[in-house]
Amino acid sequence: MGKTILLGHGSGGKLTGDLIKNTFLKHFDNPVLRELTDSATIRIKDKLIAFTTDSYVVDPIFFPGGDIGKLAICGTVNDLAVSGAEPLFISTAFIIEEGFPAEELEKIIRSMKDEAREAGVIIVTGDTKVVSKGQCDRIFINTSGIGYLDRKYESISTGRNIKRGDKIIINGNIGDHGIAVMGARENLKFETEILSDCASLNHLIKAVLNSGAEVKFMRDITRGGLATVVSEIVDNSKYGISIDEKTLPVRESVRGMCEIFGYDPLFIANEGKVLLIVSEESSQKALKAMSRHEHGKDAVIIGEITSDNPGKAVLHSIIGGSRIIDKLTGEMLPRIC
Amino acid sequence: MCLSIPAKIISVEGETAKASVGGAIIKVGLHMVDDVKAGDYVLVHTGFALQKISDREAQETLKLIKELDDINKL
Amino acid sequence: MKYIDEFRDSALVRELSEKIRQLSAKRITLMEVCGGHTMAIQKFGIPSLLPENINLLSGPGCPVCVTDIKFIDRAVALSRLKNTIIVTYGDLIRVPGSSSSLDREKASGADIRIVYSTLDALNIAAGNSNRKVVFLGIGFETTTPSSAIAILEASKKNIDNFFVCSAHKVMPPAMGALIDEGIKIDGYIGPGHVSTVAGAKMYDSLAEKYKLSVVISGFEPVDILQSVYMLVKQLENESPRIEIQYKRAVTYEGNIKAQQIIDEVFEPRNDWWRGLGMLELSGMGIKKKYESFDAEKQIAVDVEPPVEPKGCICGDILKGLKKPTDCKLFRKVCTPAYPVGTCMVSNEGTCQAYFNYGT
Repeated sequence: MGKTILLGHGSGGKLTGDLIKNTFLKHFDNPVLRELTDSATIRIKDKLIAFTTDSYVVDPIFFPGGDIGKLAICGTVNDLAVSGAEPLFISTAFIIEEGFPAEELEKIIRSMKDEAREAGVIIVTGDTKVVSKGQCDRIFINTSGIGYLDRKYESISTGRNIKRGDKIIINGNIGDHGIAVMGARENLKFETEILSDCASLNHLIKAVLNSGAEVKFMRDITRGGLATVVSEIVDNSKYGISIDEKTLPVRESVRGMCEIFGYDPLFIANEGKVLLIVSEESSQKALKAMSRHEHGKDAVIIGEITSDNPGKAVLHSIIGGSRIIDKLTGEMLPRIC
Repeated sequence: MCLSIPAKIISVEGETAKASVGGAIIKVGLHMVDDVKAGDYVLVHTGFALQKISDREAQETLKLIKELDDINKL
Repeated sequence: MKYIDEFRDSALVRELSEKIRQLSAKRITLMEVCGGHTMAIQKFGIPSLLPENINLLSGPGCPVCVTDIKFIDRAVALSRLKNTIIVTYGDLIRVPGSSSSLDREKASGADIRIVYSTLDALNIAAGNSNRKVVFLGIGFETTTPSSAIAILEASKKNIDNFFVCSAHKVMPPAMGALIDEGIKIDGYIGPGHVSTVAGAKMYDSLAEKYKLSVVISGFEPVDILQSVYMLVKQLENESPRIEIQYKRAVTYEGNIKAQQIIDEVFEPRNDWWRGLGMLELSGMGIKKKYESFDAEKQIAVDVEPPVEPKGCICGDILKGLKKPTDCKLFRKVCTPAYPVGTCMVSNEGTCQAYFNYGT
């Protein structure tokens, strides 16, 4: 760790992981936190509660397909849902820069209301702070959420039942959100019809769980992209992951933008994508349940758990070679080379 | 060096054009190329068109590879 | 996507791979001198598609990697000046200087912005007339025109707060220097986009002096494999020459207009390359006519004495003398997350390519 915190430490990739392990976990250490799952699973009397928190600092705050408010609800709902929990209650805290237009705040709040209704969650408490001009970038939002976790889904957040042959499924195109947001930024402006994919996925996930498919693990694919997720799943594991590049769903226009800027879609942020690991036998059942749902109609099997290359995620390229998928390091930057 | 990408010109306005890469539209400076019109393909590097891509040569290249068998026999 | 997908066709890749195998069993060393090729070769797993007798070396083709540490130190020093905005391509932001880097300066409050195009840099200058805007110009012949165009536009529009700090270089002197050092290279996979601008003619003087096998290659797997095939054929037939594989973009003359644009604004000068030292007429400096846009001449700044990272063998790696796996720091201390040298920082640095793509 260097002497200062860099942007890379917040990008969701390797540096973030290091920061968490070397600083936060070191001091806050306890059995619940140690799991480092998307949501914490806590026991109250004989019930299991999933509890999560997230902060939203996206720039720009309004982007094609959504805004910071919508993100703030989806993100937290999804963190709960991928643990197998039913999201119920949300808190929201706002840090607003002096001079922020009231009309824009109203727009963001309405967005949150709409998304909460869509997800079926209630915003039950909150907080507001206003800081002097220049002390925060327009508006930052934190949301925390709790949900009810049925005991039968308890193993999902740690994935301890994963075994060789299990299939890896994602619910649709990767890279949309990151590219949509990038397209709305000043320095890299381009015209594109790419919309952020941000969406609450709890209903989709419920459909899969209710179908009877054996779901062993889930994670939402956010900052750091698909690469970071698959790489983290097999960290220190006796299993490896094999991904077939041919099956990866990427929109043509997103692929185009990636080629232009030298980005790899594997590392780009998403806000409406979930990765599921399901048993081989129930993978078709899972796909069927997903395909009937709005956010799952492009669901596809992209790979599987293997015993080759333990601890590593390997991508089999379309031309026949293969390479190791690692976590995102630092920030994704457009390059000339 | 040189991340450059083939893009299809959609429209031209003086020294800049709009070009598409798989449906994503970007602005491209035409300072280095002449006679560019909609439908042409250009190589784009750091926001500038480097060169027009010759479709004839592209097809020739692919054809040559497919005919490697014959060439080897010559 | 047109002109990309066809050149990633797996059937053609397999065929070429097979044909190369059948063509020769001679031990051959080929070098690419273009970061784009370094990256593509690793990304597509090209080494695994070639027979054992063909060794692919990566040369000094990554402009970030060969750039003098003094350039980063100057950029860092400039970023610390009041009322100065540094504008750069993303490639430079994490490159370690002697004591800092641009991303660290940014974290400390310096105004450093990343752009995709030099015209965006110019817009920043136009929109911030009371501040100096310095664009860091790196790159070879492919990218030099972009800096030249920005300077010409600035001149046309009287944008007098726009400056370029040039580290632009040209490729042929480096290729010659490698041969002069005695590095055994049987053939070069020629840089496709550099050659698009400068034309195949750029290798004429090299071809005259040394008997060079060069095949100018595109960047898709089919292109690279076909180029390897053509090089192996040249070597089998003992007929070294300059050939173009990337015919859809490269011609003998190149892009004359782009060359004229470069000539209008830049002129060759001696330049220092990491790994190769001082090479005559290998760099591009801004001509006197446009010196009002030259950051080196117009903005006085104290630059710290250069300190090279200890234990880093980037210089040898850039010459193809060593592989990243020969470096004591590789993977243990030097990783993409915590890079020591430029070969690991740059997306096209040999070390990062090896690290990411698990060769």
